[in-house]
Amino acid sequence: MKKKFKCEIDCANCAAKVEDAIKKMDGVIDAKVNFMMQKYTLEADEARFDEILKESVLVGRKIEPGFSVEL
Amino acid sequence: MTAKLKKERNKILIAAVVFFALIILEHLGVFPRIFKSRPLALGLYLIPYLICGLPVIKKAFLGIKNRQPFDESFLMVVATVGALVTGENSEAAAVMLFYQVGEWFQSYAVGKSRQSITDLMDLAPDYAHVERGDQSIETVDPDDVKVGEVLVIKPGEKIPIDGTVLQGDSMVNTAALTGEAVPRSVHVGDAVVSGCVNGEGLLKIRADKEFEDSTVSRILELVEEASEKKSHTENFITRFARVYTPAVVLTAVALALLGGILTGQWMSWIYRACTFLVISCPCAMVISVPLAFFGGIGAAGRDGVLVKGSNYMELLARLDTVVSDKTGTLTEGSFEVREVLPAPGIERREVLGKAALAEGMSTHPIAASIRRELKNEDPDAQIGTALLSDTDIISGQGLIAHADGHKLCIGNARMMEAKGIPYIPASDRAATVSYVAEDGKFLGAILIRDQVKDEAGQVIASLKKQGIRSFVMLTGDRKEAAEAVGRDLGVDAVYADLLPQDKVSKVENLLIETHREDKRYLAFIGDGMNDAPVLMQSDVGIAMGSLGSDAAIEAADVVIMDDDLKRIPAVIRIAQKTVGIARQNIWFALLVKLLILVLGALGIANMWAAVFADVGVAVLCILNSMRLLLKKRYD
Repeated sequence: MKKKFKCEIDCANCAAKVEDAIKKMDGVIDAKVNFMMQKYTLEADEARFDEILKESVLVGRKIEPGFSVEL
Repeated sequence: MTAKLKKERNKILIAAVVFFALIILEHLGVFPRIFKSRPLALGLYLIPYLICGLPVIKKAFLGIKNRQPFDESFLMVVATVGALVTGENSEAAAVMLFYQVGEWFQSYAVGKSRQSITDLMDLAPDYAHVERGDQSIETVDPDDVKVGEVLVIKPGEKIPIDGTVLQGDSMVNTAALTGEAVPRSVHVGDAVVSGCVNGEGLLKIRADKEFEDSTVSRILELVEEASEKKSHTENFITRFARVYTPAVVLTAVALALLGGILTGQWMSWIYRACTFLVISCPCAMVISVPLAFFGGIGAAGRDGVLVKGSNYMELLARLDTVVSDKTGTLTEGSFEVREVLPAPGIERREVLGKAALAEGMSTHPIAASIRRELKNEDPDAQIGTALLSDTDIISGQGLIAHADGHKLCIGNARMMEAKGIPYIPASDRAATVSYVAEDGKFLGAILIRDQVKDEAGQVIASLKKQGIRSFVMLTGDRKEAAEAVGRDLGVDAVYADLLPQDKVSKVENLLIETHREDKRYLAFIGDGMNDAPVLMQSDVGIAMGSLGSDAAIEAADVVIMDDDLKRIPAVIRIAQKTVGIARQNIWFALLVKLLILVLGALGIANMWAAVFADVGVAVLCILNSMRLLLKKRYD
């Protein structure tokens, strides 16, 4: 399942870092953090989507405290 | 301004007030004892330093924890701590303060241009009115509308989903999609495209697609993805930044060590090394270059041109050859009767009438255009196809029909000669000429031509002015007709009689020729329906009149929503400007930084100059990038 969310991210470099970290997570098929559009796209296992989504936001925050997602 | 930005701004303002108060007090010499004591002065200047710098310090530690230490926060902390250690308290606080001002301004500017782009791409509908079985109307999220459901669109509302009009007449405004201000009229049975705004009438439409597959969603998705397809310039900056920062940092370390060992004046050299660290951030380029491309894509979007990636912006700015399809792109794409030349003593009406009768059974576009012309001239005209007894089609010549005891011939010059009918040849080479004869007697000629678009010649001329070396026309049409059109328009080369596969190999050759020189690219302009392979094959595929055509949007790199050729020189101008701005930013930032680095190493430039080289340059570059969005239209 693939879903898009509005997000907040401070800089292009931070977006890339967060994106890389989320992509490495278990169950994540693909992730995109678009700095210009301030959009977060997550493609993940359908069955555990909500769980992975929440976890991915936490992973992102650990790397970049400025990362937040409007769920 | 978001809440976050406001909070940041307030923090910076408080820090600034405290900082300037301290500076004034120190210089007035009101409390000499306090400022002469190093620990006290340090303590005082730490107040504004920490008010605005705390998040930076936190980030620096986070970077170390995540094993990515060379980020700008870390460097700023090292530089300012270095300044504090060498006793330059006010400078340390100033660097942190201005660094934060710069960061704040960057967020603000990026947010602002993002806003202006999303505003002009403000297509997405928020809701849809679905009519239920019992005539009640329910307001739902467009995402929840299913194919086949009936939607009610009130005057002034956005059409949420691609559909077909079931009831009602209205004018719809496509401006948000095409940049075209003249509304289109729609009636029962017409297809309507999502993202258009309904005019005065109430419409009921049947949803033909899900929201996800509707034009609006697809366009928004493409715009979002466009900022991810990076241009060469952007990739260059990313690579450059990766080398630049470590290089400057290492030089700084070397400078401190060597200078210290050779001269023994450690403090002075550590201070110089710290100015280096302040300049070591490549932010000015890293932010302003993508922002320029983002702005360029936004400006094009406002003109109804979708550029599917920053990389295409760059290619558009360096076009060398433009190849265009003829029918439907440079011409209107519809055959019209341009002229009727009756033989002496014959009425114009009779020529048309007999021709329409002879062609009565034909579905050929030429036959259709003759019938249309007859209807235009005399709305009550009866073609009388019932009179036709039999027709023979003579391949490559025309046809012979028998009607009401007469033998009608309609065809080209070859037919007239084959039948030995004396005729008056028409001289217009661009037109398809149909000669009409009845029982061996010449009645007249009908000239049918595909009209060249009004703006085509002018557009080709302005492309030439923009540096395009050759404009090539490809067509499946007859050589004579194609060459006549080509001459009229000032085209450099015409290739006619091409089958679709011939177009592909022709463009292949042209591509090889164009690429012989470095950084020269080829664009193909087509209608997007039949030209998909060629659109994909060329460096930049430009599809015209693509509103509502999925295939075209898919295959092309640059999508022009309406039929207006003038958008092509406009988007090239935007592209050239975008690339120019990106280049200005890179050179300006590099030169200023280099200058301050050299002056800093020599001990001439102090940390204030370094702050300008870092923050000031970034702000100026960002402002430069935002210029693209200032201009309303690029025509």
